[in-house]
Amino acid sequence: MADAPTLARHPSSNTDPAAGQPVIELEAVRKVYRTGTIEFEAVRNVSLVIHPGEYVAIMGPSGSGKSTLMNILGCLDVATSGRYLLAGEDVSDMDEDQLADVRNRHIGFVFQQFNLLPSLSALRNVELPLAFAAVPREERRRRGRLALERVGLGDRLTHRPNEMSGGQQQRVAVARALVSDPALVLADEPTGNLDSSATEDVLELFGELHAQGRTVVLITHEAEVAERAQRVIHIRDGAVASDGLTGGTR
Amino acid sequence: MTWSDILANSWDAIRSHKMRSALTSLGILIGIAAVVLTVGLGQGAQQKVSNQLNALGGNLLIVSPGSSTTGGVRGGFGSASTLTMADATALSSPVAAPNIGGVAPILQATSKELDNGSTNWTTTVVGTTSSWLSVRGRTLASGRFISDADQASAAAVTVLASSTASQLFGPVNPVGQYVTISGTPYQVIGVLASAGSDSTTNLDDQAIMPFSTVSQRIVGGTNRTSVQTIYVKAASASQLAGAYQETQTILQNRHATSSSSTTDFSITTQQSVLSTTSSVDSTLTTLLMGAAALALLVGGIGVMNIMLVSVKERTREIGLRKALGGTPTTIRRQFLSEASMLGLTGGLLGVAGGVGGALILPHFISNPITISVPWVLISIAVAIVIGVGFGVYPAVRAARLSPIDALRSE
Ligand SMILES: Nc1ncnc2c1ncn2[C@@H]1O[C@H](COP(=O)(O)OP(=O)(O)O)[C@@H](O)[C@H]1O
Ligand SMILES: [Mg+2]
Repeated sequence: MADAPTLARHPSSNTDPAAGQPVIELEAVRKVYRTGTIEFEAVRNVSLVIHPGEYVAIMGPSGSGKSTLMNILGCLDVATSGRYLLAGEDVSDMDEDQLADVRNRHIGFVFQQFNLLPSLSALRNVELPLAFAAVPREERRRRGRLALERVGLGDRLTHRPNEMSGGQQQRVAVARALVSDPALVLADEPTGNLDSSATEDVLELFGELHAQGRTVVLITHEAEVAERAQRVIHIRDGAVASDGLTGGTR
Repeated sequence: MTWSDILANSWDAIRSHKMRSALTSLGILIGIAAVVLTVGLGQGAQQKVSNQLNALGGNLLIVSPGSSTTGGVRGGFGSASTLTMADATALSSPVAAPNIGGVAPILQATSKELDNGSTNWTTTVVGTTSSWLSVRGRTLASGRFISDADQASAAAVTVLASSTASQLFGPVNPVGQYVTISGTPYQVIGVLASAGSDSTTNLDDQAIMPFSTVSQRIVGGTNRTSVQTIYVKAASASQLAGAYQETQTILQNRHATSSSSTTDFSITTQQSVLSTTSSVDSTLTTLLMGAAALALLVGGIGVMNIMLVSVKERTREIGLRKALGGTPTTIRRQFLSEASMLGLTGGLLGVAGGVGGALILPHFISNPITISVPWVLISIAVAIVIGVGFGVYPAVRAARLSPIDALRSE
């Protein structure tokens, strides 16, 4: 694997430079969508450094390229040009299997649409990342149960997604994101489909994940959601418009 | 992901889409059942033919009176036939006919009532000579067969076929007992071993007597040396052509005929029976096989279609699996194992259906159906190959999708 390059510390990062290697380093990343002959630059020349343990909110109007950026960060999509180092490793050097492994072991995803498999119970949904990591079945059950207990759904193990409320489903998704104990949690508008009390529950969980030292990157367009983070990056037309600390360091 | 996880996943997916899975399996089921039944029908027909041929006795030529153009008219009771006992004797000469291994002249009388006290049974009385047993490929269950001495003296003796014997004597061994025909007693000297039946005759229901006994005591009439049929057995299978030649030459010489238009006898070979039946058979089998292959192909395309739809329907699921760490290999394996499970299920049910049909159908149609184990195994293998084969393309397509494209699809 590639050696970690020495990188300039991001000016607005509040993390101690002694914290070591950044989790995320984007250098002049561009993403161009091609639809027929029409090209559309959804991410323009974004450079960004996120250090371990940061809680970052990404804000911006609809269509500004937030999700596109998040998908690149999550190795779900590849940048058209530029460099992306994840924990010091250049993602563009990796093949599909290595990327799958990175997603599996280092990244936990939470989506706006929950993305649970309807035919599986809550527990089986949460176990899924561990199954891909070939964790033995017993161990998987145990860790899946623990994760569900942590999100307050210890009594909903055998429920199917359609037997649960939106808030509960999103908590299952959070349990799935944390079950493999990833360093980085990425959430794309995780509260976009939730009412205010469910939003509060889920944000509480992200706060806990951050408190445990995980790096959390969360997309939102709600100001009160962004307030929970330590750092807010505003995106406009695919470029970083502003990047700064919030008052609230919770 | 381990194989057991992949299999468990596939099983879940199959169960949670019951209708779709059922339709997929149905396609294969029909194809496989068709193959099993078709092959069974073909083999059953073949079996039937070979049973008939075996019953006839191997390497057999059948000489009938009448020209081949008039189609072998049989001499009736007492009416003069163009074949005689002397013809049969001439054919038996090892010098003139070295390729002929045995000759059995036949004179038979149908619907004769045999009595044993108050028990009676109506059957066919067959008059022949001592060589009949080897020519027809039969064996004795008990007693002895008619001898040359019986023939010479027109002895009042008979050898009963097995079911005739049991009809008249029940479980008692009839050897040494007497049956009466039109008031004349005939001593039972032997009982034939069972040979089953062919399409035209019950081989186990007849009474064999010396030729002379039948012609003099049973049939009577004007020409007491007339023969209805002569069975000629070649010394070996390779000598059948030679035996045919010899039979033809000897009879033409004896009957002073040389051209086919004046020939007053006809020779049927077992070979000609065999080739007509088996050519009819193989056309039928080819036709049926074609239909079965078509059914399989249609079933397979159905499977592929449903797998393609399934991949489309489950694109988001595939994207999610990839996002959570599923590798292309895992995704591919999952779809492959789903497809082969459906194939296997359809195949097993198809075999069950085919075997069930093979058990039920013969009650409604006259054809026997033979289930062959190798073919059953082959069709199960074919079902899996179809499942996998037609599952490969959708699985590869599914595995190729980028996680985000898959996740974003609606
Ligand atoms: N697969 C795609 N093909 C073409 N254009 C796309 C695709 N995905 C997103 N876009 C375009 O890129 C822009 C940014 O999209 P997105 O990142 O989803 O924005 P956001 O999440 O901020 O609402 C939008 O204008 C969108 O139409
Ligand atoms: Mg978005």
